[in-house]
Amino acid sequence: MGKTFKTIDEAVIRFAGDSGDGMQLTGGRFTETTAIVGNDLSTLPDFPAEIRAPAGSLAGVSAFQIKFSSKDIHTPGDKPDVLVAMNPAALKVHRNELIPGGTMIINTDAFTKKNLKFAGFESNPLEDGSLDDYFTIIPIEMNKMVTAACEGIEMSPKLIGRTKNFFALGVLFYMYDRPLDATEAWLKKKFKGKDAIIEANTRALNAGYNFGDTTELFMTRFKVEKANLPTGTYRNMNGNLATSLGLLAASEKSGLDLFYGGYPITPASDILHTLATWKHFGVQTFQAEDEIAGISSVVGAAFTGKLAVTATSGPGIALKGEALGLGVITELPMVIINVQRGGPSTGLPTKTEQSDLNQALYGRNGEAPLPVIAAATPGDCFFAAYEACKIALKYMTPVILLTDGYLANGSEPWKIPNVDELEDIDVNFAQEKNSEEEYLPYLRDEKTLSRPWAIPGTPGLEHRLGGIEKAENTGHVSYDPDNHHKMVELRQEKVNRIQQDIAPTEIFGDDHGDMLVLSWGGTYGSCRSAVETLREEGNKVSHAHIRWISPLPKDLGEIIIGFKNVLVPEINLGQFLRLIRSEYLVDAQGLNLVRGRPISASTIVETVKKKLD
Amino acid sequence: MTDVQVPLLTKKDYESDQAVRWCPGCGDYAILAQTQKIMPTFGRKKEEFVFVSGIGCSSRFPYYMNTYGFHTIHGRAPAVATGVKIANPDLSVWVVTGDGDGLSIGGNHFMHVLRRNMDLNILMFNNRIYGLTKGQYSPTSEQGKKTKASPFGSIDYPLNPPSLALGAQATFVARTIDRWQKHLAEMMLRSYKHDGGSFIEIYQNCNIFNDHAFEEYTGVDKFDNVIELKNNEPMIFAKGTKGIKLEGSKATVVDMEKHSLDEILVHDESDLNLAHIIANWTTHPVLPEPIGVIYSIDKPSYNQEMVNQVEMAKKIKGTSCVQDLLNAGDTWVVS
Ligand SMILES: Cc1ncc(C[n+]2csc(CCOP(=O)(O)OP(=O)(O)O)c2C)c(N)n1
Ligand code: SF4
Ligand SMILES: [Mg+2]
Repeated sequence: MGKTFKTIDEAVIRFAGDSGDGMQLTGGRFTETTAIVGNDLSTLPDFPAEIRAPAGSLAGVSAFQIKFSSKDIHTPGDKPDVLVAMNPAALKVHRNELIPGGTMIINTDAFTKKNLKFAGFESNPLEDGSLDDYFTIIPIEMNKMVTAACEGIEMSPKLIGRTKNFFALGVLFYMYDRPLDATEAWLKKKFKGKDAIIEANTRALNAGYNFGDTTELFMTRFKVEKANLPTGTYRNMNGNLATSLGLLAASEKSGLDLFYGGYPITPASDILHTLATWKHFGVQTFQAEDEIAGISSVVGAAFTGKLAVTATSGPGIALKGEALGLGVITELPMVIINVQRGGPSTGLPTKTEQSDLNQALYGRNGEAPLPVIAAATPGDCFFAAYEACKIALKYMTPVILLTDGYLANGSEPWKIPNVDELEDIDVNFAQEKNSEEEYLPYLRDEKTLSRPWAIPGTPGLEHRLGGIEKAENTGHVSYDPDNHHKMVELRQEKVNRIQQDIAPTEIFGDDHGDMLVLSWGGTYGSCRSAVETLREEGNKVSHAHIRWISPLPKDLGEIIIGFKNVLVPEINLGQFLRLIRSEYLVDAQGLNLVRGRPISASTIVETVKKKLD
Repeated sequence: MTDVQVPLLTKKDYESDQAVRWCPGCGDYAILAQTQKIMPTFGRKKEEFVFVSGIGCSSRFPYYMNTYGFHTIHGRAPAVATGVKIANPDLSVWVVTGDGDGLSIGGNHFMHVLRRNMDLNILMFNNRIYGLTKGQYSPTSEQGKKTKASPFGSIDYPLNPPSLALGAQATFVARTIDRWQKHLAEMMLRSYKHDGGSFIEIYQNCNIFNDHAFEEYTGVDKFDNVIELKNNEPMIFAKGTKGIKLEGSKATVVDMEKHSLDEILVHDESDLNLAHIIANWTTHPVLPEPIGVIYSIDKPSYNQEMVNQVEMAKKIKGTSCVQDLLNAGDTWVVS
């Protein structure tokens, strides 16, 4: 047929369709195969809050984007090169995001009068020429194709129609020269015992691939070579799974069983779901009646000597505030995970945001400081969760771990760490009195200011904890004004001491220059990509990423001084920015876009250039 | 954990070194004293008792017990205690709460902890008032109660704690009175022995903000106004002069001079329908106030089921290490 191969560095594709079209699953399969092929990759699932919005409606559009590359990449990409649109609504929602000249693969069978109207099209965009000037359109009658491919299989036409996502997947596998075997094996495992379903989807997948091969519509196929990743064994990893694994690793390394108490909420629920399957690791999961009970049970379990954890999202953190204060004043180790989503109130439950930073830092009554760590990438959630547990246990304090919807559901190839090489976590329960007469629950370690941990059941160490201000050492109730002032300072000082455990801040680029891009949390990838681009173009721009936000790293002030400008991109109205400005008295500037999506690298590049002009 | 060479302890051993700060004459004193007295008789190691409370006068209780204790936040004691009990099911966990703490701000947790049959011993000090915040009406205050927050009388209707507990599927529901020292101790022992969640409502006099609230049941006429429930025994009260007859689901008080014992309703702690009927006699204009164990059945506890699940999972899936989990799934090697 005279088809040619073109080798490219990277590609961005987006699958979009109705919630019922299986776009997340299709994206997941493409991701898995792309990982196996050896590309670096990054994904961005984007699904609606409604479980079953009316079929064909704009609200019901679900999408999955993946960027894959032969180079080291950090983001799921900005604008897709290829858009797969399974119905008019998907086309409507996503058409403006495709790069000019990009390819649209469209299931024309879904472009019925009814669906077009539902999506708000007055005329059929496939016929009225509105797309032709800008994009390469590949119209495919997918329903007809799969019907033909599945002839002879005893299955309702409706079920056969459902295999069209695998047809689309086959087309993309052809375009980007990817093997089908991993997907075929997956189908066999997933639908074990349901032979007709396996057969139908396998045929649809192959039909898509073969369609690509025979049609004249594709004359060029693309090759994306293996990425040059550090050696090791890899798997694909998303943020919520990484978080769960990080907690479990900390449980194993500390020798403490994991207790999880929480209440379901998007996008954090998968942590509960995952941990619930790990009972054989001694994990106890308690689905509480609300977030207040969730965190309260965590406080109780922490008092009783467990590695106690809860995960939620912003609205849940709002409910947990009072009990968190109790954790702070009684100095109990626990980890509170906020998988941030769009707010306020219910906000955008399935979209990402970084707007709960202030809530994490300040969202409690009284002076209630606690350490806050934020994960940078989906895979980093593992290490951040591990570190959160380690600090909680070492300093006897609640720790907040911030991730977000993008990290939680996004994925990347992840080099599997060796558990033996993770830093040890030492836990020593108090066994004996630590003073002549009595056990002093608040007698502190000089270096960390951490207090001993005597758990119920230990003979002779009976003591009482409480939320009323306490006297040093004994923990007895104290209303003394000077004592209170001392305690307030002490609790802050304890958090500050964690600086001794924070690794030096890495600077990507030179330690001085025209601009420092300063990021925290999930904007890491976009910032790193943007700074790579800017540096390649010769700009004196560097990137520093902050992991511990409370306390901030010791060296940050020094680093900031090396730059003429500081830019803080974040998906909020400048919460980290204000912290940086007030801590370091620097005229840092913000790049703030709160659209429920990651800030794109190109936006950061443009902003930096404009500021440097 | 029980009955293993426990050193003989006394009431003194259960008294902490903290000065008790309730108002003189408060009913809480009697409950504390009785608790400190009865605990050593349970034959359990002291370090295995944990007292968890919320906020309120009553919730200061753990500070005065020389056991493990946790004075938490308003309404959340059942949830904190849940964490304690799941984390270590071998502990004997006691929740001390008030009518405001347990039924108002903490009503949700109260209901769910009973629903799950979490093996906690819940002592609710019901003084039908908010004591600590200086005397506002509570969810158990009678309608029309004049307080600082309801100068014209409260327009709230009160709820009935045992009925609520039964509706929440509690497996042990009892009521006692601060002044009934022996009975109080007996109820606590029953609660301790009950394998599952237990709820004891304790009528407690707040002599500062709601004095004499339970005068009817503690004063000179008490025998006429109270029926002490005894399992499998006919329901007679007023020193044997009155009894209760059940016609359909309607209970009536009858004169024992005119009726024979076998006409009288016999208490059955395991009968849920009967328990609901009895619970409804609370503050009834005609029927006596039921005191004692209203309901008690055996049912596997949440904490035990949790232990079983973990054990079963270990048996089925075997033990493995995190590294195995990390290495699982589709992996590939970059060399
Ligand atoms: C979140 C919160 N809201 C309000 C209060 C104030 N408060 C403390 S105790 C209490 C009521 C206590 O009543 P009850 O539980 O009946 O206990 P009692 O003092 O009567 O024993 C209130 C409203 C508080 N401590 N915390
Ligand atoms: S206010 Fe009432 S309940 Fe509180 S200590 Fe005083 S008498 Fe007891
Ligand atoms: Mg009260």
